[in-house]
Amino acid sequence: MISLTVNGKLHQVDVPPEMPLLWAIRETLGLTGTKYGCGMALCGACTVHLNGGPVRACVTPMSAVAGKSVTTIEGLSDKGDHPVQRAWTEVDVPQCGYCQPGQIMSAAALLAAKPSPTDADIDDAMSGNICRCGTYQRIRAAIHRAAALKKGGA
Amino acid sequence: MNALITRRALLRGGLAVGAGLTVGFPVARGARGAALAQTAGVFAPNQWLRIDRDGVVTIVNSVPEMGQGSLTTTSMIIADELDAILDQVRVEQAPANPALYKNPVTGTQSYGGSRGVRDHLAMWRKAAAAAREMLAQAAADEWGVPVESVETEQGAVVHRPSGRRLLYGQLVDRAQQVPVPQNPTLKSPDKFRYIGKPVKRRDTPEKITGRGIYGTDVQVPGMLVASIERCPVFGGKVKSFDATAATRVKGVKHVVQVSNGIAVVADGFWTALQGRRALRVTWDEGPMAQVSSTMITREYEAAAKQPGQVARNDGDAEKVLAAGGRVHEAVYQVPFLEHACMEPMNATAQVMPDACVVWAPTQNPGGTQATAARLTGLPPEKVTVHTTLLGGGFGRRGEQDFIVDAVETSKAVGAPVKVMWTREDDITHGFYRPATYNLFRATLDASGVPAAWFTRMVGPGILIQKGRAQAGTIDAAAVEAVRNMPYDVPNLRIEWTNKDLGIPLGFWRSVGPSQNGFIIESFIDELAHLAGKDPYEYRRALLGKAPRHKAVLELAATRANWGAPLPTGHTRGIAVAFSYGSYVAHVAEVSVARDGAVRTHRLVAAIDAGLAVNPENVKAQMEGGAVYALTAALYGRITIDRGRVQQSNFHDYPMLRINEMPVVEVHILDSGEAPGGLGEPGVPTVAPAVCNAIYAATGRRIRTLPINRDELKRA
Repeated sequence: MISLTVNGKLHQVDVPPEMPLLWAIRETLGLTGTKYGCGMALCGACTVHLNGGPVRACVTPMSAVAGKSVTTIEGLSDKGDHPVQRAWTEVDVPQCGYCQPGQIMSAAALLAAKPSPTDADIDDAMSGNICRCGTYQRIRAAIHRAAALKKGGA
Repeated sequence: MNALITRRALLRGGLAVGAGLTVGFPVARGARGAALAQTAGVFAPNQWLRIDRDGVVTIVNSVPEMGQGSLTTTSMIIADELDAILDQVRVEQAPANPALYKNPVTGTQSYGGSRGVRDHLAMWRKAAAAAREMLAQAAADEWGVPVESVETEQGAVVHRPSGRRLLYGQLVDRAQQVPVPQNPTLKSPDKFRYIGKPVKRRDTPEKITGRGIYGTDVQVPGMLVASIERCPVFGGKVKSFDATAATRVKGVKHVVQVSNGIAVVADGFWTALQGRRALRVTWDEGPMAQVSSTMITREYEAAAKQPGQVARNDGDAEKVLAAGGRVHEAVYQVPFLEHACMEPMNATAQVMPDACVVWAPTQNPGGTQATAARLTGLPPEKVTVHTTLLGGGFGRRGEQDFIVDAVETSKAVGAPVKVMWTREDDITHGFYRPATYNLFRATLDASGVPAAWFTRMVGPGILIQKGRAQAGTIDAAAVEAVRNMPYDVPNLRIEWTNKDLGIPLGFWRSVGPSQNGFIIESFIDELAHLAGKDPYEYRRALLGKAPRHKAVLELAATRANWGAPLPTGHTRGIAVAFSYGSYVAHVAEVSVARDGAVRTHRLVAAIDAGLAVNPENVKAQMEGGAVYALTAALYGRITIDRGRVQQSNFHDYPMLRINEMPVVEVHILDSGEAPGGLGEPGVPTVAPAVCNAIYAATGRRIRTLPINRDELKRA
């Protein structure tokens, strides 16, 4: 049994310690918003927050998360109204949408660390997240917008 | 919106379609039969929409949502013509039922070729207009006034002389009694409320919260998860396998042989992977084990020395080329490419004795139903297909291999099974954009314009390989955008040689034009430079018979300030092409670093897609096409060694990332023509615009993709 907190709720999960966090989240806990894309930390589709920082769940073993706190896309906000999510809506970012939970979790972590990210900050924080539909231009715009929304106290 | 739940509810309640009300669209008898009973309290004049007594309008979208925005665009079109309030309509994905939901142009319930809007617009408008007229008639009957004296507005019918008003929901029961008009009057375009206006996507809420259900997210009670070990060599077969160690892995339930390999079926994906690693399989690799990329290139080169089949022959290019003038010759080569959808292939199936249910992220619901029917021996109507959201399609998800995986595995183990592919499975067992070899020869007249142009294309034909075109004919997909190239050349000969070494081929976003746009638009650029002319003006002068090409070319050049000074080291390149009903030009602004690294700073696109139903989505699709094309131009290459794909994941099959993203500007030219496609037309002109800019910067002509930065290094 490994205990961890996911989206504020304590869970005991009976999975092998070497199982990647991704599969415990998706298959054991049934939170399917976090996506599998590559299994090698190359695409960022599985990005979640571990104790507040972004990690790739596909290469993070359960043994490394015991006793820690995980936030997935489902736990980012109660009503889908985190500034990043609101900005994503305003800028009409998603296309197929499959990579977007990972993009949003990376962006939210960036803004938590850097409230006013520059384009270079965005490149650094977001270049681990692949989008095959090509929404990068809108992601950049939406991150700037989310920074403004956050500052506005909204 | 929870598409899956609404579809399940639908199945329980029976789909109130058909009902004898077909609005003049052909509906096969078999499809109507059992569904003739109208559901009380639901006005469902045809298969595309229904309204309940609460006034809830439900639109049935037949085009799978793969990112192209079909959930939004379909809703816009139907809501507009119905005079419904877009924000309040519900959308659900159509079940597989080709009799009701086939594309009226292709005749199949399969979606590719950027056909969503252009093939369905007229039919959807007619279906919605018929419903609107029936609601108006119902209100007129209710009030005892002539139907000409009432009008519809935003979910209601009004009678202005008396100030009376009834909501659509209040008219449901009476509207059910009104005969379906066979030739309803369509709205005049000046009355459009949504069509032609920028509308935000309707599927964003579920896509930013993780609630959207993709194929990989499907969960069915009692479901097992499988991973399939496939022969690394195309076409190889299982000789024998030893599942002893695999079945010992805790959580592995079954190990079964299926058509595509050995399926390890477990209580979860990670467990299935552990079992798969423990599996021992001996393969009969078959004849493809002899095939490699170097061999394919050699075969292409040899074939290019022999005459091909004549795809187009205007004037006498051979005679003019042999007349002794200076002949300019070039060879262009493009590689095999894999689609790399963000969501790896997967499907879920539940095969039961008397029925089968498939949940799949498929571009081809009709084909999925047919595949499952064939594999189970069930009649198609016993196969239910739920089309989930697609994590990218790009042509890959029209194929049936992942459907076969799920249906066969479920059938073998007698339980619902989700078969999931790894990224490695996805890259190494794809259906690849063909690699081709293209020989060009041209000669210019005294004024510098092409007097003769010869292109000999060598490569495999997707349509022929798939049995959709006859062997020995010219594969239309292979020569598309070359055979119909727009430039005015008096002596033009296009040849094509089918050289198929057996690599599985597929339709890759923009298909033939994805590569043919590159070769044509690069070679015309070569001729412009050879003639000492400006590449934009040179093209323009040769587009006298292609006004829509010329118009987008001019728009892109104008918006990109063609000819105006740029920062030091920056250069421009231009290209134009027609594909999938739309005309697109790109101007790329590029710089090349000393180490050969190519940076695309800005892409200015002009598109004439006829009627742009959702201009915001036109822009999004053009942005997306740019990224897809740039990825291919800079990185895309699948190579084969001993019948095996050598790439496996994003480290050796890289994708463009946000730090490499140019600014993409999209300018829409409203030609007033019928709508064209959007998903694909943004691709073909990007690589040539970038490579033409590289030539302007470096004097190096890129004739082989992907761009080899080593060749662009400067000391």
